[in-house]
Amino acid sequence: MSDRIFGAFGLMLAIFFAWGTLQIQESFLSDTVGPKTFPLLIASLLGLSSFAILVRPGPEPVWPSLGRFVEILAAVVVMVLYVEALDILGFVFATTLATTYLSWRLQSPLWQAGLVGVGTAVGIYVIFHLLLGLSLARGPFGF
Amino acid sequence: MDILASLGDGFVTAMTFQNLALALLGTFLGTMMGALPGLGPSNGVAILIPLAFSLGLGATPALILLTSVYYGAMYGGRISSILLNIPGDEPAMMTCLDGYPMAQKGLAGEALSLSGIASFVGAFIATWGLILFAPILVKFALLFGPAEYFALFALAFATLGGVSSTNQAKAAFAAMLGLGLSVIGVDTQTGVPRLTFGEVHLYDGLDFLVAIVGLFALSEVFIFLEHHHGNSAAGGRSIKVGRLTPPWSMLKSTFGSMLRASGLGFIAGVLPGAGASLGSFLAYSVEKRLVDREGTFGKGDPRGVAAPEAGNNAASGGALVPMLALGVPGSGTTAVLLAVLLSLNITPGPLLFQNNADVVWGLIAALFIANFMLLAMNIPMVGIFTRVLLIPPRILMPVVAMISFVGIYGISGSTFDLLVMIGFGVLGWVLRKLDVPLVPIILGTLLGNTMENNLRRAVTISNGDYWTLVGSPLAIGLWTVAIVGFVLPLFIGRIVKARMHERGDEEGAITD
Repeated sequence: MSDRIFGAFGLMLAIFFAWGTLQIQESFLSDTVGPKTFPLLIASLLGLSSFAILVRPGPEPVWPSLGRFVEILAAVVVMVLYVEALDILGFVFATTLATTYLSWRLQSPLWQAGLVGVGTAVGIYVIFHLLLGLSLARGPFGF
Repeated sequence: MDILASLGDGFVTAMTFQNLALALLGTFLGTMMGALPGLGPSNGVAILIPLAFSLGLGATPALILLTSVYYGAMYGGRISSILLNIPGDEPAMMTCLDGYPMAQKGLAGEALSLSGIASFVGAFIATWGLILFAPILVKFALLFGPAEYFALFALAFATLGGVSSTNQAKAAFAAMLGLGLSVIGVDTQTGVPRLTFGEVHLYDGLDFLVAIVGLFALSEVFIFLEHHHGNSAAGGRSIKVGRLTPPWSMLKSTFGSMLRASGLGFIAGVLPGAGASLGSFLAYSVEKRLVDREGTFGKGDPRGVAAPEAGNNAASGGALVPMLALGVPGSGTTAVLLAVLLSLNITPGPLLFQNNADVVWGLIAALFIANFMLLAMNIPMVGIFTRVLLIPPRILMPVVAMISFVGIYGISGSTFDLLVMIGFGVLGWVLRKLDVPLVPIILGTLLGNTMENNLRRAVTISNGDYWTLVGSPLAIGLWTVAIVGFVLPLFIGRIVKARMHERGDEEGAITD
């Protein structure tokens, strides 16, 4: 069933891709092939392979339980929040929080997760920023 | 003699303090990444590219660092195969078959040092193969025009699913998805924006580094979260290594196996659609056919340890041949290495050997040096790496995630790219669940523009005649190989895959 949904989704993607390609405004100075041919070729092969997946689905993957789904979704939300927080809190604080969360969800006890968080944030800051001079996000305190 | 002179120059390039230090760092990190289940050669190299890039390393140093990681990971994979019966990365799967039984018999140290030597032999022979074979391929590639290049890229995509692929539709889907992503952005030839939907961030196109790190590294973090694998692979098991030198008699009896396996592995590496996993598989099965008279394979036969290790290291060297000489990688990790070259503004292919000879030969010399470093690191110091196995993923994976973020942020300083990377991470997780290979996506985003340019150039040269694409015997030959390579796995893929995966590996979408 998963593969059938996946195939149907792929077909829609191919149609969307072809539609998007047809929206391209061609300039008057174009080569013989033009900017649309290659994307259209891809769209048709994408559609063809999606159709094949739809018609002959493979074995059903092992999907995680609802709880595990929520787990992954929560991790995605945390990562997005982390990215948004980088410019507000600065690298060290944002990274500490995000790493602590991830480590905690991978079943570290909370105090250990906290240590991993602080260690990772400070470690990366020292090695990559202070020693190697990589630019990291600055927060209100400058780090 | 020409070759020796170039190689000499290469050693001069590679012998600077910085390059030696980078090779040492690379081999160390590589062995570690190979040893840790969950971090393989392709995602290991993927995480390090943005870092090497944003640290402003030059072309040669950056390549030396990353190929050392690549060679190192091939060595490291065997450690957990032998000690824990868990392959540290996919190519090390075959090493479990005889390595773990040897460890159970109390011969863990012998198995580790023997496989270290086998790795060295494989990589050493393959590096010589690279030196001798790549220039020949370059001469051949100089005959290619745009139409032949277009066919060559098609061949690369058609065979990338590999002979072990069971679902070619999914491999094709992945390749088309990657090519489709490469179309996004301003068209290089006419200057019109394509599929950007007015989003200014997309005008430059998607950065393939963002896609690679998201698909390979972040998706791995999601897999670990899904399974709640927080504890170290070693679990509570104690790891005893014992004596770290193989007896002479064992070396002597396995030497023939190593040589045969290296040859086979190298060929498997050069061929499109094979790569290191197939190299070790072929080496093991051929060796079993040839020398297993008493049926000791699978029960801790030293030859069954030496053969796959020599095979996978030789294949990883062989896989560099088409990547450097043609610009068309045949495996996952070499696709990632191609990304390194492209982001350093170096176009691989025949011209690389003429225009950037110092880079190529410096790299090859560095491979020799790295190989000796790895031998030293993997025999007397293997104890350090066995301790690495005790690092639990609940500490490792968050660190991997954060280093991915830091690397991408370091390149562009844009949070938009980070969000795109998270998106790719989720996409990578879903696709791995659906058993869609990720490597063709990467290769598509990398090669899409060149492929399209060659198509357009070929057709423009012939005044709009599309038949030019099959207009030369060479092009027809390439198309034939492409079609055979795509169709063949439909018939034999299931058999090969079943044999290779006898020892289970859950999420094998990242091959190599």
